[in-house]
Amino acid sequence: MPTNLSARLSTFVLSLFLIAFALPALAGPFEEAVAKFANDDYSDTEEAIGVVASSGNKLAFPIISALQDGRLMADPDSKKVYVTGADGKSIDAATGEPVASVPDTASAVRLNNRLRRSVDAAIGSLTLQSPDVGTRLQAAQSVFKSHEETALEAVDGAFAKETNKSVKAALGEARAAILLFKSDATEVEKLEAVATLKARGDQEAMALLTGMGDQPASVTKAAASAIGSIQSSLAVWSTVQNAWYGLSLGSVLLLAAIGLAITFGVMGVINMAHGEMVMIGAYTTFVVQEVIRTRYPALFDYSLLIAVPLAFLVAGGIGVLIERSIIRFLYGRPLETLLATWGLSLVLQQAVRTMFGPTNREVGNPSWMSGAFELGQITITYNRLWILVFTLAVFAILLAMLRYTALGLEMRAVTQNRRMAASMGIATSRVDALTFGLGSGIAGIAGVALSQIDNVSPNLGQSYIIDSFMVVVFGGVGNLWGTLVGAFTLGIANKFLEPVAGAVLGKIAILVLIILFIQKRPRGLFALKGRAVEA
Amino acid sequence: MTPHMLTKSLDRGATIFLAIVAACGILIPLSNLLLPAGSVLQVPTYLVALWGKYVCYAILALSIDLIWGYCGILSLGHGAFFALGGYAMGMYLMRQIGTRGVYGNPILPDFMVFLNYSKLPWYWYGFDMFWFAALMVLVAPGLLAFCFGWLAFRSRVTGVYLSIITQAMTYALLLAFFRNDFGFGGNNGLTDFKDILGFNVQAEGTRAALFALSCLALILSFLICRSVVSSKLGKVLIAIRDAESRSRFLGYRVESYKLFVFTLSACMAGVAGALYVPQVGIINPSEFAPGNSIEAVIWVAVGGRGTLIGAALGAVVVNYAKTFFTSGMLAPYWLFMLGALFILVTLLLPKGIVGTFNAWWESSKEKRAATSASAAAEDGVTEPKMAE
Repeated sequence: MPTNLSARLSTFVLSLFLIAFALPALAGPFEEAVAKFANDDYSDTEEAIGVVASSGNKLAFPIISALQDGRLMADPDSKKVYVTGADGKSIDAATGEPVASVPDTASAVRLNNRLRRSVDAAIGSLTLQSPDVGTRLQAAQSVFKSHEETALEAVDGAFAKETNKSVKAALGEARAAILLFKSDATEVEKLEAVATLKARGDQEAMALLTGMGDQPASVTKAAASAIGSIQSSLAVWSTVQNAWYGLSLGSVLLLAAIGLAITFGVMGVINMAHGEMVMIGAYTTFVVQEVIRTRYPALFDYSLLIAVPLAFLVAGGIGVLIERSIIRFLYGRPLETLLATWGLSLVLQQAVRTMFGPTNREVGNPSWMSGAFELGQITITYNRLWILVFTLAVFAILLAMLRYTALGLEMRAVTQNRRMAASMGIATSRVDALTFGLGSGIAGIAGVALSQIDNVSPNLGQSYIIDSFMVVVFGGVGNLWGTLVGAFTLGIANKFLEPVAGAVLGKIAILVLIILFIQKRPRGLFALKGRAVEA
Repeated sequence: MTPHMLTKSLDRGATIFLAIVAACGILIPLSNLLLPAGSVLQVPTYLVALWGKYVCYAILALSIDLIWGYCGILSLGHGAFFALGGYAMGMYLMRQIGTRGVYGNPILPDFMVFLNYSKLPWYWYGFDMFWFAALMVLVAPGLLAFCFGWLAFRSRVTGVYLSIITQAMTYALLLAFFRNDFGFGGNNGLTDFKDILGFNVQAEGTRAALFALSCLALILSFLICRSVVSSKLGKVLIAIRDAESRSRFLGYRVESYKLFVFTLSACMAGVAGALYVPQVGIINPSEFAPGNSIEAVIWVAVGGRGTLIGAALGAVVVNYAKTFFTSGMLAPYWLFMLGALFILVTLLLPKGIVGTFNAWWESSKEKRAATSASAAAEDGVTEPKMAE
């Protein structure tokens, strides 16, 4: 028995040895390359990256991305390499088998800057074959940025197989970027590359063309003309971009000022607490989102749709309350109204500060409002776009309301001639209350929109009040079209002045221009004509 | 007979006011300097500085009352003139620091060294001389007010439009002075002052003297305002306030009158700012904030618009309340109170404290006169308005 046992034991130990020696012999180039990571030598690591990336093994991507994040652990004693996941679980890099724990002697494989570039390029070429279109596009763009020669083969392979149009274009551009910098590329290839980059026509393409170093004369000449044409197209796009920013700012200004245009235009009431109505709308959005977050998380994408009518009701209700309790006693005394509503704005701010705290509150973007898309050379964010659309919709609805409803008719009558309207049986005080409520309600829904792009804090309204007054004064009182034109003019003028003069000086210039403009047209762009003005 | 009584009673009010200010201006510094520290009657130095601040605010309030109470111009940007006067004084004080700054540069103030200025900007020239700075205290706000008023009044910008563009003016200046490359110390403003006319600004004697000077300036401002509003010019101003178009049709050049009184008022606000800066020890762009200007208007409304005495009283009362409430446990409620003050004063006390008191005094006097006089004929000749 004992001999038998010892014989079997020795056989077992022998076979173990055999296996241990045989394994390296059996291992393919992939496993060998992985083991090189454990050498802690930069040139070995670089070689390993190249082999692993081109191996086609399904472990290649996890290994390289772990290497990038410093999650690739190598044990110098056993020459074993492990990929540790973010969740704490680890696998053996060579086999993909899960392991219980990484030995303490293992440490993360180190990288230097040169290696980081090859890691990026390797990840780029690895993801070029990803089944996901978005990932492939990103990979093509990252190859374009790194333009590592090593990626050329992978890009060529992917380019031949690619069926998606935009990814194919991006791969073509990546290829052009590589060829431009490849020293042994032919002149024809380089000229083609320049043409491709010229077609791309953005800042990055220009940076590649200007930084391409020594090239044959024909290529240099082609590049110079390409740079010229890119510069002029970039100038056009930057104008378009400024115009878009201007429209976006204009829509925000319009949204903030439109309610003011109603209260000021129809009732002649200077409501300094208007900004606080905007703030109340924004806080209504915050409360709606809080309730949705805690109770009905599935409804989050609809939170703004729910908040809009609620904000209108809350701010409008407060507006009616203010009109009934304060403003109606001050008709005919505009300067006193100004002071009283300023006091009211202090009270409302402090009340919100007491209830919600002085710090910014988090209001989230629903999924359909976050993100952006490219239009030519400019990026348009969805929230700005939706706010522009929303503003125009609110404007159209308001215009239609004033034009086609009984209340709108009464409002216009009171605006034009208060005493005559009263004589014709219009209850002017009721119209006043409703008008003020309407103006405040619209400020409230402006707050819902502004909560998407601005900090929701008790001071939110303060930052808009002077701008809103400028819009109304510039556009002219008692005319919504004036407000529309005023808001977009100021918005666009501001954004075109900004790159020239800087943000603050641009704003100062706008204020000075308005002060000068008021000299020429004291009643704004679209003044009401007739006796009503002299009231 | 009635106008005679009117001037007589008003003179009494004005005399009492001036006597109180003069007494404060003499007694408070004396008690601070002569009485031993800790004595019951000794006014501590921090209180002298605090009350000096109130007196400067009172001058600012007077300047606002002059244009709002008597000419109907509601400026929501008077804080800008106050701050400009303050900056002119601050620039003088900065130049006086000399080599005692952190960087020890004999010409450039610390913030310029810090911001890598190679030489003094041209608009800082001359501020090492006190007379020049003192002139600029009047010229800088006066010139701005003249240009602004010339543009605004000539094209007949009135009422709330004027209020809004004055607010835009101070807002634009706020943004400008916040900039570092504007050359006025940016965000931090001007501070770390050492000397004024060779006296240490921190010293008790200097503070007491500044307090006395502020009281003197208040008395002079009051006398100037009184002489303006009680002259024929003042009557035209009141006519413009009450019926601008009618005054114009009667042949008065409304814009010239407005421009004169607006510029005068701005210079007064500048003096107030210049006295304020050495007592507070700092001037920064936040003085341009539109909220400050509006707050100054409410002082006038609380005290009584168009009464002059009321403006000064309102400034002191509201600021005393502010100091009292913001330093205690009631601090979170101060803005509620200030806001409520705006609303309640405009709704319930449109004439302010002094105006309401005057009206009450007048009506009770009439009652006494009516009961004592046997002749009923006098009832018809009452002139209820005495808020001047």
